[in-house]
Amino acid sequence: MQTGQDSTEKVVYEISVEIKNADGLHMRPAMQFVDLTSQFESDITVSNDENNVDGKSIMQMSMLAATCGTKLKIRAEGPDAKEAIEALRELVEEKHFDEPKPKKKNRKAE
Amino acid sequence: MGFAEFVCFDALIPELQAEDRDGAIAELVTALDKAGRLGKGNREAIIKDMIKREKEASTGMGKGIAVPHVKHKAVKNVVAAVGNSSDGIDFSSLDKQPVYSVILLVSPTDNPDGHLQAMEHVFKLLQQEKFRKFLRQSQTAEQIEGLLREADENPQF
Repeated sequence: MQTGQDSTEKVVYEISVEIKNADGLHMRPAMQFVDLTSQFESDITVSNDENNVDGKSIMQMSMLAATCGTKLKIRAEGPDAKEAIEALRELVEEKHFDEPKPKKKNRKAE
Repeated sequence: MGFAEFVCFDALIPELQAEDRDGAIAELVTALDKAGRLGKGNREAIIKDMIKREKEASTGMGKGIAVPHVKHKAVKNVVAAVGNSSDGIDFSSLDKQPVYSVILLVSPTDNPDGHLQAMEHVFKLLQQEKFRKFLRQSQTAEQIEGLLREADENPQF
């Protein structure tokens, strides 16, 4: 699973991220997410407890309705899976979609 | 959450008069205003905010639908209006295609989770081709209301 291997090999990376901006995954962040996933060749799926959706579809991403504090699982499969996962983690958890975090700590369970 | 919880059934427009995006937004916001859902004197500001938001990034998601939305202190709960245009309206959609059905939402400023839940429901249905088709084919307010109520009973078409 290291870079430099035959690019036809199936590479799968998975990560769990938490939505940290106060407004959650509303349309604008969902679009940022889809803009980013579209730059990668890998197939990207995103899931919460209920749904498993295509990370490159704005409609499906909006359907997740992930509120602040929600944990999502992102799975990438393809030649640039590792880079995709790292970029998406940064967008969701570090940049939190360039939006403000909640003022009070959100203590939503799970 | 179901459509009946946030769609204003007095603000369903089976054939929008407007031929452009800003006109369609104004028409739907005005319908909500006439239905008494936007408080007093907020109509103009909401239309202006909604168009500004739309210019930042189109809510035309493709497949002939748009979901313009804005947060405003005029509402305590999410409220939505629905309109159709048989000629189609240019919403600068992602797929560059005209929009035939518009679901417009006004959300309170202090309830991001409520906004997301309404959006979740809207997209769960709009994702389904059958629902989009039935919505677009609705020719009266009663038909739109019937479709939305039916969707509430059975979200999988």
